[in-house]
Amino acid sequence: MLRDITIGQYYPADSILHRLDPRVKFIVTIVFIVSLFVNNTWTAYLVSTVFLAAVIKISKVPFRFIVKGLKAVVILLMITLFFNMIFTPGTPVFHFWIITITKEGIVTAVRMGIRLIFLIIGSSLMTLTTTPNQLTDGLERLLKPLEKIKIPVHDIAMIMSIALRFIPILLEETDKIMKAQIARGADFESGGLMKKIKSMVPLLVPLFISAFRRANDLAMAMEARCYHGGSGRTQMKPLRYHGRDFGAYIIAAIYFAVCILMRIFGRYLL
Amino acid sequence: MGIIKATKLVYDYLKYDEAGKTEEKNRAIDDLSLEIEPGQFIAVLGHNGSGKSTFAKHINALLVPTEGTLWVDSMDTSREGELWKIRQKAGMVFQNPDNQIIGSVVEEDVGFGPENLGVKTEDIWKRVDESLEAVGMTSYRKHSPNKLSGGQKQRVAIAGVVAMRPRCIVLDEPTAMLDPNGRKEVLKTVKELNRQEKVTVILITHYMEEVVFADHVYVMDKGRLVMDGTPREIFSQVERLKEYRLDVPQVTLLAHELKKAGVPLPDGILTIEELVDAICQ
Amino acid sequence: MSIKLEHVTYTYNPGTVYEMHALKDVTLEIPQGQFVGIIGHTGSGKSTLIQHFNGLIKPTEGKVLFENQDVWAENYELRKLRFQVGLVFQYPEHQLFESDVMSDVCFGPANEGLTQEECRERAKEALNHVGISEEYYDKSPFELSGGQKRRVAIAGVLAMNPKVLVLDEPTAGLDPEGRKEILDQIAWLHETRGITIILVSHSMEDVARYVERIIVMNEGEKSFDGSCKEVFSHYKELEKIGLAAPQITYIMHALAAKGLDVDLSAITVEEARDSILKALGKEKPCSEILP
Repeated sequence: MLRDITIGQYYPADSILHRLDPRVKFIVTIVFIVSLFVNNTWTAYLVSTVFLAAVIKISKVPFRFIVKGLKAVVILLMITLFFNMIFTPGTPVFHFWIITITKEGIVTAVRMGIRLIFLIIGSSLMTLTTTPNQLTDGLERLLKPLEKIKIPVHDIAMIMSIALRFIPILLEETDKIMKAQIARGADFESGGLMKKIKSMVPLLVPLFISAFRRANDLAMAMEARCYHGGSGRTQMKPLRYHGRDFGAYIIAAIYFAVCILMRIFGRYLL
Repeated sequence: MGIIKATKLVYDYLKYDEAGKTEEKNRAIDDLSLEIEPGQFIAVLGHNGSGKSTFAKHINALLVPTEGTLWVDSMDTSREGELWKIRQKAGMVFQNPDNQIIGSVVEEDVGFGPENLGVKTEDIWKRVDESLEAVGMTSYRKHSPNKLSGGQKQRVAIAGVVAMRPRCIVLDEPTAMLDPNGRKEVLKTVKELNRQEKVTVILITHYMEEVVFADHVYVMDKGRLVMDGTPREIFSQVERLKEYRLDVPQVTLLAHELKKAGVPLPDGILTIEELVDAICQ
Repeated sequence: MSIKLEHVTYTYNPGTVYEMHALKDVTLEIPQGQFVGIIGHTGSGKSTLIQHFNGLIKPTEGKVLFENQDVWAENYELRKLRFQVGLVFQYPEHQLFESDVMSDVCFGPANEGLTQEECRERAKEALNHVGISEEYYDKSPFELSGGQKRRVAIAGVLAMNPKVLVLDEPTAGLDPEGRKEILDQIAWLHETRGITIILVSHSMEDVARYVERIIVMNEGEKSFDGSCKEVFSHYKELEKIGLAAPQITYIMHALAAKGLDVDLSAITVEEARDSILKALGKEKPCSEILP
């Protein structure tokens, strides 16, 4: 189950998307997310779908792999949809006990669902096609101006990239510890809330200890390799914009313009 | 002066109580002196807790001596000014392959050291190419380290050190968490580095089979240097090694047993061929 | 009284692009009281195999039987199986979590529903078996040495009084003496308490020394299953699948190639010594090939 989480994982492949500057990918992802909330017509959603589908196609990441990432948030999604469905007032279409489902509720829920799913797919596409190091490099460069107001941008970027690298390792470790405690008769499933929380102790304590041990080891390994913060550091893959990056910006700009136009002229659309 | 020189090295692990006063003193290294010549393959043996890892961390200036002095390439490790130079000269590979890889892609990890040293971008790429080639991991350069085997991860870690162009590499039990095939892989890589690139190798281990090919072996126990010599000299003292909670390769043990039973054999047999030749002469 | 696997197949991510057969049609039986070694290189399926023994993994196909009962049958209480088949994972000290040694070892028996007294009794016995003395009971497990931590963790499984003890590389990362101590204790448990021991190991020397039967796993299949001598006589085939025989096997074969009349099935240093001494006792032992 834990292995299914693909958010934050890198999928190595050779595509234009992989080669794009991380800053481009970051900004375009934000633009895309904003566009999802700009959209308010089905036509607009169709345009976003086409845009997203095209990007997925270009990325060379198997669709199945992307969808797998959704599994992890399915429950969150269901809850959101459910509450949207029952709490939106309007024309009732279905009534059961104290629950009334309205036409408007269904529409809102479906839209919300599409937004959330697209949002997750969109951002996981970014992480799937960008190595965490590139991603943090990109962020570091984008946020560089903040250093003027004494925000340690480099350190934050380094923390992020390390966190991303260790997510899969810690997930695997969680799986292992869980199995080991089940082998000692631990029961993570039955019982009430309090019992469940208590039953997590044998899982969480070893996990924390392991995380601290790893952090300690890693800090030492980094020091041994002469890491001493961002000053005087050069980069193996410094960020430089290429023709394709400007191309990507232009495409994203056109897409966003279309979304805004559709919003403005929404009443003529479906 | 040799590449590594220690004189009367002492290191105490201190444990503090809540008031910040020293509560307990644990002597991890006790009066250790040695000198290592450049280009050699050195093995340091000792059971867990013998102080060998603490010593390794001194060579990289991750720890500084409580008493005595340690020189790396004629630089005193307790002088802060030369810290980064020392760490560049004496690279270090640790036990747990997962906990020392920083990059999420093999080549980016290998480039991490040179980046920290402020090497120019083009030169970083050159160094990364060379280092990956030297450990035979070029075809994996775009892979995620998480998908590699333990032996491959350790080779990546070694490449990461090689890319810093050190004169000496300290490997602190690099094979303890690997399976036999991974162990062979890593050892072969280290041996080749030593032979071809003339890098001084200091291998810290408790696997006896790994030190057979070393130029010189040091044995540590309770923080002290208790034996040193060629592998043959060391392995001819089977009983003494057992006292230090160590073992000898099966072939050496068999030769020792046969000798005890009266078969005339030379001391310190290390390989199967030697034993077979000695018996069938 | 045995563990039986009938045509067990296990597939990771069935029906996806990541489909991977970790086990392919494995059938085996381990009778009560046997000391079995499982060898195979990383990724050969041995970890998946041992997780079938205590029902941590459900086979994709095939059956797992414990004492002739299908453990995946609807009314079978899987949790009870876990108390009878103790599984010690690799680096078990990483699962320690309590503030003192005693409470940690009591975790298993407490899950079994025993009273506090009974738990303590069991824990004491288990700690005693692994050579952890009373002065450590109230210490934090995190203050102990690596080898001690490992033994406490093994005691945590032993305290459930399992009939079968499965250990995944219990000696990984320990020094030679530490390895020997743990294996000797396991062997002693096997002898005195008649527990079935299933030992996963990378060390052919250890396997040769302690176990009575070896199961060799390769690419999810059982490729050899027999006594040590039988299995190691296939040393050439073992090499092909990335394994090896103990050094002694190679020595004996090399000596035999020189014409010395030694016992090729010797696998421990003692056996080899006796066999060589016997062969050397003859006149001109290597004369056949010498000019």
